[in-house]
Amino acid sequence: MDWMKIVAAMAVIMFIVFLFPRARDMMENSPKGTSADWMSFIIPIVVIVLFVMLLIQLV
Amino acid sequence: MNRNISTVAQRAPSALATNKVLRNTYMLLSLTLLFSGLTAALSMFLQMPPMTYLISIIGGMVIAMFVLPRFANSTAGIGIVFLITGLLGFGLGPILTMYASLPNGGNIITLALGGTGVIFLGLSAYVLATRKDFSFLGGFLMVGFLLVLLAVVANIFLAIPAMSLMISAVVIMIMSGFILYDTSRIIHGGETNYILATIGLYMTIFNIFISLLQILGIMGGDD
Repeated sequence: MDWMKIVAAMAVIMFIVFLFPRARDMMENSPKGTSADWMSFIIPIVVIVLFVMLLIQLV
Repeated sequence: MNRNISTVAQRAPSALATNKVLRNTYMLLSLTLLFSGLTAALSMFLQMPPMTYLISIIGGMVIAMFVLPRFANSTAGIGIVFLITGLLGFGLGPILTMYASLPNGGNIITLALGGTGVIFLGLSAYVLATRKDFSFLGGFLMVGFLLVLLAVVANIFLAIPAMSLMISAVVIMIMSGFILYDTSRIIHGGETNYILATIGLYMTIFNIFISLLQILGIMGGDD
């Protein structure tokens, strides 16, 4: 139904507008991570990706 | 021999044992997840129409954005968290009914539920064990999330299955990052309100579950 698409799109846009000031504040005030910090984030994310691929194989 | 050496060698108390906010957050999170399961089952039993999902999501979002922050420091906030999570769970009913009607729907739902649990528990255990500070992820995750939301708006009208799959995959990665970020904030004192901490973690779990359902539904569907 088209009206549902329009309502859904409006809700997501409203959410974006609501989040934007917080996102800008977090971008400006977040501490910078070192390469070691980023590795400690990337490694579990890679594990999650492999885990999701495993779940896909199990379906 | 100096027996005091053994006290030095003792393990440091776990974050869960020492951090009251974390303990309260996990307690409230468990109860809200259980409550969501009950409202989802009720919604399936009542055979609610698909638009229930949209209405519940919008209702839950509006309450979380505009009502919850006003009551986050009072006991009424706990009731509002149950209202939001109950509403989101109720909205899941028609989605679960749709997946359950697929030939391997039961398998898809079980795997998505189990997968969500493993991802959440695994990432939480990772942060609690390493006690690493993930506050540097804040800006990156928020920008990534906003970009995904823009892609969601585009795909509402484009309805490209490959794009849906890509969005779901990216949402899982971003929400995984938020689990690391939120848990790290709780154990390092960046978040001292367990009501807000609970709703943040609940949203990540909800989004991971929905995205996993979508990925497994697309990849495992016979149609």
